[in-house]
Amino acid sequence: MTTRYSALSLLKEGLAGQTGWKPAWRSPEPKPTYDAIVIGGGGHGLATAYYLAKNHGITRVAVLEKGWIGGGNTGRNTTVVRSNYYYPESVALYGLAHRLYEGLSKDLNYNVMLSQRGMVNLCHSVGEMEIGARTVNAMQINGIDAELFSPEDVRRVAPIYNFSPNARFPVFGGIWQGRAGTARHDAVAWGYARGASRLGVDIIQNCEITDFIIEGGRCRGVRTTRGDIRAERIGMAVAGHSSVLAAKAGFRLPINSYALQACVSEPVKPILDTVVLSPGVGVYVSQSDKGEMVIGGALDRVPSYGQRGNLPTLEGVVAGTLEMFPIFGQLKLMRQWAGIVDVVPDSSPIIGESPLPGLFLNCGWGTGGFKAIPAGGTLLANLLATGRHNDISRPFDLDRFATGRLIDEAAGSGIAH
Amino acid sequence: MQLFPCPFCGPRDETEFHYGGDAGNARPDGADVPIERWANYLHMRGNPKGVAREVWVHMNCSEFFVMERDTVTHEVLSSTALDGGHAQ
Repeated sequence: MTTRYSALSLLKEGLAGQTGWKPAWRSPEPKPTYDAIVIGGGGHGLATAYYLAKNHGITRVAVLEKGWIGGGNTGRNTTVVRSNYYYPESVALYGLAHRLYEGLSKDLNYNVMLSQRGMVNLCHSVGEMEIGARTVNAMQINGIDAELFSPEDVRRVAPIYNFSPNARFPVFGGIWQGRAGTARHDAVAWGYARGASRLGVDIIQNCEITDFIIEGGRCRGVRTTRGDIRAERIGMAVAGHSSVLAAKAGFRLPINSYALQACVSEPVKPILDTVVLSPGVGVYVSQSDKGEMVIGGALDRVPSYGQRGNLPTLEGVVAGTLEMFPIFGQLKLMRQWAGIVDVVPDSSPIIGESPLPGLFLNCGWGTGGFKAIPAGGTLLANLLATGRHNDISRPFDLDRFATGRLIDEAAGSGIAH
Repeated sequence: MQLFPCPFCGPRDETEFHYGGDAGNARPDGADVPIERWANYLHMRGNPKGVAREVWVHMNCSEFFVMERDTVTHEVLSSTALDGGHAQ
């Protein structure tokens, strides 16, 4: 009857022939009613359920997942955790996520393998260095760790970068965030799932939403492939499929769904111990604990719900990787995949009540949802528990698209989504 | 590499095209357009999973046109020239 992974239990199970391991979370039949329903069993949905139980004492909660938990974008990202944003609203949001990540393994008693190996965003020209200095200043003023790197600093943390005199994108310096790094993405989903399940949350997989139950102009529940389930407050955290559910609920969102690709090489010995992003080629690379080079790039340019990705973008990403690290020229690519991300005009998420009262949104994270999981969960849980925004979630309400108070991080921090 | 059909140039490489938004998203007219209507026009999108009617531009010949596409399979269903800047 072992569900914890201490040294003692590993030894015990080793001696017992590994026969006593139990599933880390329960898989109960859905009940007809709950206090709150969370649609989507990815990182954001599971974190929402966990914080509903932990922070607000609401444990009659169901997480409804169409497939298996962590099987969408939570299992498809490049595992980078960072908070190098520009606007104070974004810093409050991603800073909260970053701080919670730093305590997450202890909080969940589940090793999410957070590795704060630092991340450098390279600057390839004098102009980019000036913008880099502005970004570093903004981050420091907002209380986020940041440092402006010289070319020598970049050479120190990433000696295998292409520093040749005829490099297409020479290094003038970079923006360094030392607290940035990577975390084990599956462990984040599984850790939140185990934590939520222990606190009484029902995690229900293979349960697809077919429609919303709307009575008196309010959302009162959901129709699913496993029957009707009712609750007075319903949250959805379904990333690239937000528009599909919104259409069932009778409203539209400021979202276009695109495929975002990633790929990994065969595993090799440790050679890159930080995360390196080159805006010149639009590619970033880190090395996983298994030794694979984890490579991410820009969005595909064709709106899509196909979780495959198109060839031109992959070609550009691979070419960019080799421009950054010519030493990788002989590496074989092992896997390539894509997730469907929800891209919003101002590149900032949408958190708040939807146009259908009783239904709350956590979506629009674009290409950067993984790093925000603990904050997305905390804020959606707060909305579901209290029905009201707090200071951190308020600026990200859907109403900003009518008021014009956009938080344009594509302009602010130069993110590519 | 996928080929998209430009109504003027025929089948061309997907990298020559740029996505321009939902087809039929008409700009509001007049002085008394409510804020919500503007927000709807500027930001809200259908973003359908499956068959979509979209405006695209073929950057090589600069012509805008309407393409019907399946957003899951990426199959192109039709490609139609715009008549005087309006979807037919």
